[in-house]
Amino acid sequence: MLQKEEIRRDNINDTFSNFKVELWRYQGERGALIPLLQSAQETYGYIPESAIDHISEIVGIPSAEIYGVITFYSQFRLKPMGKNIIRICDGTACHVNASTAILKTITDELQIDSNETTEDGLFTLQTVACLGCCSLSPVIMINDETYGRLTPKKVQQLLDEYRNADGNGG
Amino acid sequence: MKTIKVGLGTCGVSAGAQKTYEAIKNEIELQNIQAVLKETGCNGMCYREPLVEVTDEQKNSFVYGEVTPEKAKTIMNSHVLADKPVAEWLVQSTRPSEDDTFFKKQNRIVLRNCGIIDPNSITEYVATGGYEAIQKVLNGYTPEQVIDVITRSGLRGRGGGGFLSGVKWKFCRDATGDRKYIICNADEGDPGAFMDRSTLESDPHSVLEGMMICAYAIGAEEGYIYARAEYPKAVARLKHSIREALARGFLGKNIFGSPVNFSVKIKEGAGAFVCGEETALIASIEGKRGMPRFRPPFPANKGLWGKPTNINNVETYANVPWIIMNGPEAFAAFGTDNSKGTKVFALAGKIQRGGLAEVPMGITINEIVFDIGGGIKEGKKFKAVQMGGPSGGCIPASMGDLQIDYQQINQTGAIMGSGGLVVMDESTCMVDMAKFFLRFTQDESCGKCTFCRIGTKRMLEVLERITDGNGKEGDIELLRHLAYEIKNNTICGLGQTAPNPVLTTLKYFPEEYEAHIREKRCPAHSCSALLTYSIKADACKGCMACAKACPAEAITGEKKKAHEINTAVCIKCGKCLETCKFNAVIKN
Ligand SMILES: Cc1cc2nc3c(=O)[nH]c(=O)nc-3n(C[C@H](O)[C@H](O)[C@H](O)COP(=O)(O)O)c2cc1C
Ligand code: SF4
Ligand code: SF4
Ligand code: SF4
Ligand code: FES
Ligand code: FES
Repeated sequence: MLQKEEIRRDNINDTFSNFKVELWRYQGERGALIPLLQSAQETYGYIPESAIDHISEIVGIPSAEIYGVITFYSQFRLKPMGKNIIRICDGTACHVNASTAILKTITDELQIDSNETTEDGLFTLQTVACLGCCSLSPVIMINDETYGRLTPKKVQQLLDEYRNADGNGG
Repeated sequence: MKTIKVGLGTCGVSAGAQKTYEAIKNEIELQNIQAVLKETGCNGMCYREPLVEVTDEQKNSFVYGEVTPEKAKTIMNSHVLADKPVAEWLVQSTRPSEDDTFFKKQNRIVLRNCGIIDPNSITEYVATGGYEAIQKVLNGYTPEQVIDVITRSGLRGRGGGGFLSGVKWKFCRDATGDRKYIICNADEGDPGAFMDRSTLESDPHSVLEGMMICAYAIGAEEGYIYARAEYPKAVARLKHSIREALARGFLGKNIFGSPVNFSVKIKEGAGAFVCGEETALIASIEGKRGMPRFRPPFPANKGLWGKPTNINNVETYANVPWIIMNGPEAFAAFGTDNSKGTKVFALAGKIQRGGLAEVPMGITINEIVFDIGGGIKEGKKFKAVQMGGPSGGCIPASMGDLQIDYQQINQTGAIMGSGGLVVMDESTCMVDMAKFFLRFTQDESCGKCTFCRIGTKRMLEVLERITDGNGKEGDIELLRHLAYEIKNNTICGLGQTAPNPVLTTLKYFPEEYEAHIREKRCPAHSCSALLTYSIKADACKGCMACAKACPAEAITGEKKKAHEINTAVCIKCGKCLETCKFNAVIKN
């Protein structure tokens, strides 16, 4: 059984792990499961099995139940994600403004479908319904940046920018 | 000294406002300009983003639209330094502008501070009279009196259902429980709506103040804001605002020096539309799968952790301080008999001026689309508006004179919804629209009720075969039958309203369904399976551009001679149509 003390020790060796700090801070608050999962995902880019084990031990919820929660919410990933997360909007406004053409440009360009990651690990593509920027539709979000009024050409440029940023070690 | 404000809401930033802001900041530092640079939220003119407002020494305001970093430099040099406003880029000022009609029919209660104050500054909120309403309540109203004021104002919940807020508050006040909670629903799941995001980003304190007043009225000491995962900026601003309010003693123990305690926590959603439904939302805050449960018991009696809980939408709360300060009569002076006050609509789709408009209830659809929204893009024809998202429906242009209030909208088969108003033109296929929403609800169904889980899937299959050109006689009846069963055999609003987009398009656009089924034709030229591409021989110059662009090598022809498309090979990607400079490619 994992003890709080061990996590703390672990944490010292870990360069910086928000997730473990959060776990360490846990004081038995109700409803902590989802925020802890969010923190794990933010730290590792996905939810590793070890994180589920840690949460299960500390919070006292069986792993099976945690998996149930993870699979219910579309935000959570059990597999590592690409370096850049592209979220393409297919909400009503974007759909009406030809978001399918944007999606096609991205899938052609990256050779992946929605919910897949490129072989080089640079991009993961997700389709979402509405990024809340409908007046600038069609819209995509790359990591925490939102880009609006897109055309297939602009999307290509954007992808190139992110590729180059990676090439330059950025 | 002049003040310069840049709109840095999510929309603004995605239109490039951050770069504009940096350019102005640079210019100020480089030239050592004596001016104050501030950030603000969204004033609603999203279609003109990035927006920059210059306020001069006489307090005259000049709003510039579509300000790129280069334009910003010019504005700094000409207007800020030399007092010569750049007239051609102005969208709102003392001078008349074509954009003035955008504001003319609006009445701003919820959006009163949006795009005006700096959302990161509690001082600015206070300076506009913020947090006076809560103090007025703490100093002179009993909880019952607060509830009475809200009831008399006629305020209805803005999250979609339209339930009278005062009545709901009373249920929760009267419920017995040692602890009570209030929740602000900021899940904003309707794809095509962004009023709540913009309000939270542009004026977070007004929502917090509304929650405080509600908490006092109900007797709750803890509040939660449940915000969508896709809204990082709104969450960041809220967190900041809560810290500011705590530091001033507006939140926490003994707020404003009164005996009342109130604290607020933020919970971020994890990407599930159904969590906008109140019982699912509560389950999600409790850390569980967000499954709706059968009601009653209602959250007012048995909500978060089994305790009496009041849940309202962002916009509902944002109205509350204004009502307290201006009185219920002032609020009820706007609107119609059964729908009081204003409503914020998010205008999007094929409309010229996409953005946020707050209008009095009772305004007509045409007034919103044409007077405020400036009509349809690219001079096309107005076909329909979609209201209420996946729970709502399409109202045809022929009913444009319909007054927007809860009763009249419900009679069309659509719903008021949370405020998404997506405008469609002649190139939007109504069957495709119905399919779009059904795919959405099918994806988002929590799976608890068989009819919601399987029924929507069957409906989707029927719609898919219709748009693929494989529709059969009897499909329309089958859709109606499934719709009826789903409506009557599901426990939450998601399932109960899921058939609405299909039912309204069937009601107002039956001929489009028939054209797809009988003639294998899509009147809007939108469903790709029913389209064919061809080249008009007399218009084709034989430039070969399309043949090069075609990914399927479906186009043949010699240089300078008319080209042809082999429809058996064509994958209908549309590249040739895009490529041809001579309009020789046609689709039908
Ligand atoms: C499937 C579904 C999704 C909903 N999504 C939202 C939402 O995103 N935001 C919201 O305020 N209300 C939403 N609601 C309505 C809420 O259940 C609830 O009625 C509302 O938050 C009450 O607040 P109000 O009275 O201020 O409108 C949704 C309801 C259903 C059935
Ligand atoms: S109607 Fe649909 S979303 Fe609602 S509880 Fe039933 S299955 Fe779940
Ligand atoms: S629609 Fe696409 S596949 Fe068909 S002819 Fe044109 S370019 Fe080729
Ligand atoms: S691009 Fe247009 S003009 Fe050129 S060959 Fe194709 S159809 Fe003819
Ligand atoms: S529909 Fe795409 S951002 Fe809203
Ligand atoms: S510019 Fe952002 S909501 Fe309008």
